[in-house]
Amino acid sequence: MFRFILNRLIYAVPTMLVMIVACFVLMHVAPGGPFTSERPLPPQVLANIEARYGLDQPYWKQLWDYIANIVLRFDFGPSFQYKDRDVNDVIAQGFPITLTYGVLSFIAATTIGISLGLLAALRQNTLADYLAVGFSFVAQVLPNFVMGPILILIFTLHLGWLPGGGWYGGQWQYLIMPVIALSTSYMASIARITRSSMLEVLNSNFIRTAKAKGLPTHRIVVQHALKPAMLPVVSYLSPVFVYVITGSVFVDIYFSTGGLGQAYVNSALNRDYSVLLGTTILYGGLTIFFNLVTDLLYAWLDPKIRY
Amino acid sequence: MAVLDISQLDVRFDTPDGQIHAVRGVNLTIEAGECLGVVGESGSGKSQSFLAAMGLLARNGTAKGSVKLDGQEILNLPIGQLNALRGQSMTMIFQDPLTALTPHLRIGEQMAEVLSVHAGINGRAARSRSLEWLDKVRMPDAARRLGQFPHELSGGQRQRVMIAMAMLMQPRLLIADEPTTALDVTVQAEILDLMADLQRSENTAIALITHDMGVVARMCDRIEVMRHGSYVESGKADDIFYHPQHTYTRTLLDAMPRLDTPVAPPSRQTTPPIMTAKGIKVHFPIRLPGGLFGRRGVVRAVDGVDLEIRAGETLGLVGESGCGKSTLARALLQLIPTTAGQVTWMGKTLTNRRAAELKSCRQDLQIVFQDPVASLDPRMTIAASIAEPLLTHEPDLSPDARRGKVRDMLERVGLDHAMQNRYPHELSGGQNQRVGIARAMITRPKMIVCDEAVSALDVSVQAQILELLKDLRREFDMSMIFISHDLSVVREVADRIMVLYLGRPVEIAPRDQIFDHAQHPYTQSLISAVPVPDPRAERSRTRLKLPGELPSVMTQGSQLRFLPSRAEQLEYEPALQEVSPGHWVAEHDPIDTILAPEQIR
Repeated sequence: MFRFILNRLIYAVPTMLVMIVACFVLMHVAPGGPFTSERPLPPQVLANIEARYGLDQPYWKQLWDYIANIVLRFDFGPSFQYKDRDVNDVIAQGFPITLTYGVLSFIAATTIGISLGLLAALRQNTLADYLAVGFSFVAQVLPNFVMGPILILIFTLHLGWLPGGGWYGGQWQYLIMPVIALSTSYMASIARITRSSMLEVLNSNFIRTAKAKGLPTHRIVVQHALKPAMLPVVSYLSPVFVYVITGSVFVDIYFSTGGLGQAYVNSALNRDYSVLLGTTILYGGLTIFFNLVTDLLYAWLDPKIRY
Repeated sequence: MAVLDISQLDVRFDTPDGQIHAVRGVNLTIEAGECLGVVGESGSGKSQSFLAAMGLLARNGTAKGSVKLDGQEILNLPIGQLNALRGQSMTMIFQDPLTALTPHLRIGEQMAEVLSVHAGINGRAARSRSLEWLDKVRMPDAARRLGQFPHELSGGQRQRVMIAMAMLMQPRLLIADEPTTALDVTVQAEILDLMADLQRSENTAIALITHDMGVVARMCDRIEVMRHGSYVESGKADDIFYHPQHTYTRTLLDAMPRLDTPVAPPSRQTTPPIMTAKGIKVHFPIRLPGGLFGRRGVVRAVDGVDLEIRAGETLGLVGESGCGKSTLARALLQLIPTTAGQVTWMGKTLTNRRAAELKSCRQDLQIVFQDPVASLDPRMTIAASIAEPLLTHEPDLSPDARRGKVRDMLERVGLDHAMQNRYPHELSGGQNQRVGIARAMITRPKMIVCDEAVSALDVSVQAQILELLKDLRREFDMSMIFISHDLSVVREVADRIMVLYLGRPVEIAPRDQIFDHAQHPYTQSLISAVPVPDPRAERSRTRLKLPGELPSVMTQGSQLRFLPSRAEQLEYEPALQEVSPGHWVAEHDPIDTILAPEQIR
C-alpha cells in the first residue's frame, strides 16, 4: 500500500511536467499576448514591460525559469494582469471560497444523490422509485448555469428570501444558492448511477445466497450489497470532486462569490500566463491526488484489488 | 412426516413477452436423511420449484400451491417468518461457487453472521463453531481460511465453504442446485463424497438438482425426472436407471456419454502427420507484488509440449481447469504467440510469421469455442457470421454464390435456412453452436479445434452436436483437436488422447489404451473420478483419490507432484517414456509412494 502511494506520487512528477509544457506551448501558440490591446502600446514601452516579466527571453528559457522557480521557491510568478499581486495571492484569495462552496456542494450531491439512488433501488417500481427517477431526470438537464438564474429569479427577485449574491465570509444565506446550483446535476447523476448499480448488485448470486441464509433485508443491504454497489459511484466521484472544488465560473459570475473559477477563465481571456499556468497546475495536482484517493477507496471496497 | 412436502406447485413469470408457466403442478416429498435427485435439462423448472420453496423467486415470479417443511406451510410466507426458517431449517447451495459468496466479506464473517442471526452466537463461540464445520467439510488449512476473502480460494474450496455455511445450523433439508457442475471431475468427486457423508452423519435430507445422470446415480435414493415444468417420472434410483418407463427418461439416459459402454473403434490407421509441434511453450508475464514497481513473474501456462496430428485423426486434449489445454490449442493455431517451440502445418512453419502470411493458412485451420452465444457477434445475423470467413478467403465469390454456400452449410449443420436472418440471442444454445460449427466449416478446413464445444449444452443437445461433428469429420476428412474436461465425451470422439497436467503432457496414448490401461496416476485419478450413470456400479466402485489440492503452476516444484522421490530437484522435469508403441507416459513414482501423504509436501 505504502509502495503503491509512493509509486503513484513518483509518476505524478512527469505527468505534471508534461501538463505544464503542453499548457505553456498552447498558450504561446495562441495569437496575442498579455499586453496586446486594442490600442497598441508604443514599441519601446511594450519592450520594457516584456523585459520586466521576462517575456523577451527565448521560450525554453522562460519555461525553464518558470519550472525552476516553482521547484526552488514555490513561486508561481507575478500576475501579468493585476499589478503587485502574484499567482500565489490570486489563488490564496479565490481558492478558499471555491473550496467552501465546493465541498458543501460535494457533500450535498453525494449524500442526497446516494440516498435517493438507494431508495429508488430498494423500492424499485414503486412511487418512491418513480419520484426519485423523475427528479434525477429533470435535475440532470439543469447544469449550474441554468440553475443559477432560475434560483435568483425565484428566491431573490420573486420571494425575496435570499440575497442575490456576494460572499461576506461565507455566511449561510450567501451559500445556499451557489451550493444548490452547483450540486443539483451531480446529485442527479449520482442518484442514477447508485440506483442502477444497486439494482445490479441486488440481482447477483451472492445476494441470493445471503437471502437463502435467512438474513434480514437491512443486513443484506448494509453488509452485503452496499460496498460493491458503491464501486461505480466512487469512480464517478473523483472527477466530480475536482470539478466542484475548483469552482464554477458560472457560480462565481451569477452569485458574485469571487471564487477561483472566475479568475481562471479571466486569466485565459487576458493571457495572464502565470495565473493560467498556476491554476492549471493546481487543478492537475488535485486531479492526480483524487484519482489516488479513488484507487485507495477501491481497494477498501473490493478486497480483490490490492496494491 | 416428510421433511419437505411439495404439492400442486405452480410457478409463473410475467415477462414483457407474456407469461411463462415454468412449473406446472409439481408434487414431491423428501424424507429425513434421504437424497432425492431432481433431474432435467435446462428450462425444465427443476431449480425454480426449489427457489419458490425458499422464497427466492425473481421479482416477476409468482408461486401457487403448497410447500410444507416439517408439516408447516411455508410457501409465500411473509419475509420475516421465512427468514427464521431459511438458513436454519432449510438451506441451499448453488451452482456457481465463484459468485455465490459475497466478495468483500471474509469467510469467517460470512459464516459467523448465520450463527449470529439464527442462534445469537457471536465472537469466539461463532468462530470455533465455524472452524469446526470447515474441518468437517475437510477444508485444508481451515483456521487460515476464516480470515481469507472468497477470491483467495479455489472453486472447490468455495463450494466447501458454501456447504459448511449451509450446515452450520444443522438444517433438516439441504437443497443443492447443480453443486458440482462448475467444478473439475476430481473436485466434483470429493464434494459429492462429502455431501453423502454429511447426509449420513447429520441425517440431513438432500435435494440434489442436476442435469448429470452420473451424479444422480452416485448420490440419490430416489429420482424425479422433470421436463417442461412437470414431473415425467419418479421412483427409486435403480428403477429409473434399469427400468425407465417414460421415453424422455430413456432419451436422457441414452444421450449420456458414459465410460462403461463400448464405442466405435478409432477411425483409421497411420496416415502422414499434417501438423507437428515441437517444444511448445506459452508463458504469460505477470506482475507480482514486491519492490517499488512490482516484480515480474511468469505463468508457464504451456511448458514444453510435443505433438503430432495425422490427417483425419482426432486428438483429445483433457485435463483440469488451468492445465493449459485451451492455451495450447490457441498456440497451435497461432491465435496467441508462442514463447518457444515450432508449429509446422503441412510442411510450413506457422510460428513467428506475420499475420498476413498466416492468413492463407487460417482457411484450413478453424476453431469452435465453448460459449456459443458469446463467440458470435450479437449484431450480425447468423448468415452474416457464417459468410464472413468467405469474404476473407474467397473474395472473388459472387454474393449469390456466397449465399448459396451459406444456405447449404446451414442445412448441413441441421438448421433451417429460414433462420438465416436471425440473431444469436434469438436461437438456443444448441442452435448457436451449430452456427459456430457452420462458421468454422464454411471454408472447408483441414483441421478444426473444438474447445469445450459441447460443455455448455444439455446432454441431449450435446449428443446431437457430437453426432454432427463426427459426421462432418468423416465427410470432410478433417483432423480434429477435441478439448474437454469431460472424459466420457472425449472418449466418444477421440482416436488418441493427450492428458495435460499444469502445462505438460503426462500421458499420450490411443484412446482405448488410455481408458483401459492408464499408466499415470493423474490419468487414473481423472478416470476414476468420472461418475457413471449406473447406481449399482457407482456403489461398488472404489476411487483413486490423490491427496491434496491441485497445485498452481506458480508453485515451484508443482510438476513433481507425481515424482516425490525427486522433490529435492525443484527444476527437474519429468520426461516422457514410451511404454508400448504410441503410448507415452511421464516419469512418475509408484502409486503407493504418491498416496503416502507425508511425501507430498
